[in-house]
Formats: sequence, structure tokens, C-alpha cells
Amino acid sequence: MKIVKILGLVLVAAFVVIQFVPTSLNQSDVISTEDFMSTYKVPQQIETILKTSCYDCHSNNTKYPWYNKIQPIAWVIEDHVKVGKEELNLSEFGSYSKRRQKSKLKSIGSQIEDGEMPLSSYALIHRDAKISEDEKRLMVEWINKIIDSL
Amino acid sequence: MRKMKAIIGFVLITLTLSVVSCKESKTNEAADNGTAVETSEVEKESHKHSDSEMKHDKNKTANSDQKSSKAEAIISNYLKMKDALVADDEKEAAKMGAELAVSLKSLSLNEFNEAQQKELREIIESATEHAEHIAKSHMDHQREHFKGLSVDITDMIAITGTSITLYEQFCPMYDKGSAWLSVSNEVRNPYYGSKMLKCGKVQKEIY
Repeated sequence: MKIVKILGLVLVAAFVVIQFVPTSLNQSDVISTEDFMSTYKVPQQIETILKTSCYDCHSNNTKYPWYNKIQPIAWVIEDHVKVGKEELNLSEFGSYSKRRQKSKLKSIGSQIEDGEMPLSSYALIHRDAKISEDEKRLMVEWINKIIDSL
Repeated sequence: MRKMKAIIGFVLITLTLSVVSCKESKTNEAADNGTAVETSEVEKESHKHSDSEMKHDKNKTANSDQKSSKAEAIISNYLKMKDALVADDEKEAAKMGAELAVSLKSLSLNEFNEAQQKELREIIESATEHAEHIAKSHMDHQREHFKGLSVDITDMIAITGTSITLYEQFCPMYDKGSAWLSVSNEVRNPYYGSKMLKCGKVQKEIY
């Protein structure tokens, strides 16, 4: 019984301590000229889908939820954003070579089509980020059109 | 007061321990990867005569100069990966993905003119990305990336040349039509493997 009490205290103490570990925020005021939106002529509907479902992890600007103030949640989010940006950074899309843009567009299309993106864990919390079947079709069609034009 | 000290001490110890154990689990992971590679090495030994092995034999006798020999390592790894996908061997394909990512880095660009260097750099960047994905993905995903990789390798060879004859083959069914390279003019489909082994046709011969 005493052990449980101590363990509980330890956990609480650890929880308090980690709140003081700083995290860096993925936010930038600069609107990059290399941004996906400036690289292509993006229709309004597509832009909305990209901004709500992709940009949080795949750009230099994350719209953070309130619970990003709490550790260890903030660490998980930080890690997701880091990995997401390495894979695809829509803020720097224009700086990719044509070859890479093409290959990335293909991957974007197939990931959305297969429902692998946005991540289900992300869509579970961000209900508005979920891409409906209609939106999926719209998105994939548009992406294929861009690929063919490159 | 003493109790308080004990608790703080306890917390510090737990935190240290958890940091240490995190590190340990990472090393374990690396060790696991090591064994995985070893196993597939053994598996590879037992593989039947694949055309990349045939290619390897040819290579020994070929009088390739230094310039193309680097590209040959890339082509060789690409062909082994192709064979793994033909054989529906996800593990071997992943291993070749990792090896290809390494050989792509060592391609020397000095002999090429500026425009070619730029093109090659872009090809290598893109091909490396595909190879790295193939190294960590399930087979469906590996095949998706193999398509892009095949485009990159074909474009690379257009610049670097090849000391062996290659056949560009084409499957009209996979993803609205997809190509790949082989040393044999016999069709063995890497996009479908055993499901549709002979689907496709020879499109071009590359010298």
C-alpha cells in the first residue's frame, strides 16, 4: 500500500517536472514564396483541404491545439511534425526539383487515396481534418492533373 | 523533511533510469536490424539463379572503366531489388533498398558536365528517397516506390551509360502503365510477382 502511494507521488512529481521542459514551436510568420500554394494554381476547395488536413504536420506552420501546453503530449506532437516535415514540407515545395515534386505529388495522391493520410490518430482528434470520399476524389483528380502537366 | 528528500531522490533515480532504458531500447533495435540483415543474407544464398547474378558474372569479365563502375553498383543493387520483388520477397527488397541508398551516395559526378551533374544530383536525391522508403515499407508500398525508382535509374543510365545490355520492360496494367529494367529479355514482372509473373513486354534495349 505504501509502495503504491510512493509510486503515485513519483509519477505526479515526474509529470510536474516534465512540464518545465521547453519545446520549440513550428511556427513562422514568413509566407514562403516556395509554398505549395504559390508553386501551383490551387483551387479554393483543394487549398482548404490541404490547409486543414495537411499543413499542421507538413509545413513550417502548425496550428497548435491547447493541449500542446501539456507534456508529454507536446513531445509527441513535436516528433510528428518533425518527421512529417522531413517527408514532405509544403512550405518549401517550390524548392524541390521537378522530379521530386512529381514523385511527392504521386505519393500525396496515393497516400490520400489509400486513406493512410491524414494519420487516423490525428483525424480522430481533429475531426475536421478527416478527408471525405468526395474530397478524396477531388484531390486525387486534381493531383493527377498537375502530375500530367509537369 | 526526510520523507521529502527520499521522494525527490526517488524521482531523480526513476528519471535517470527511464532515460537509460530509452537508450537501451534503441540499441536493441539496431541489433535487431543487424540480425535481420544477416538472415536475409543467408536466404539470398539459397535463391535460384536470378538474372542479376548472371549480370554479376558478366560484370566480372566486362572491362568497365572507373567512371561507370560506380553506376554499375547502383544498377546491380537495383536489379537485385527487382529480382526480390519478382520473387515477392519483401525482406530482401527492403535490404536492397538500404544498400541501394548507400551505393547512390557514392556515384562520382566529376566526369560529367554541369547540366548533367545537376540532373544526376536530382536523380540521386529522388532515387535515394525511393530506396529509403523501400527499405522500410510493406510490399505494396515498395512496388509503388519501385516504379518511381525505375524512372530515376533509367534516366541515370541515359547519362552514365551502362556496361551491360539492359532491357526496358513495360507492364500496361500496374498504375496506368509502369516500366522497369532487366538484364534478360524474358519478362518477369516485379510489380505483380507470382500473381502475374509474365505480364508485360520488352519495350526497348539499352546499351
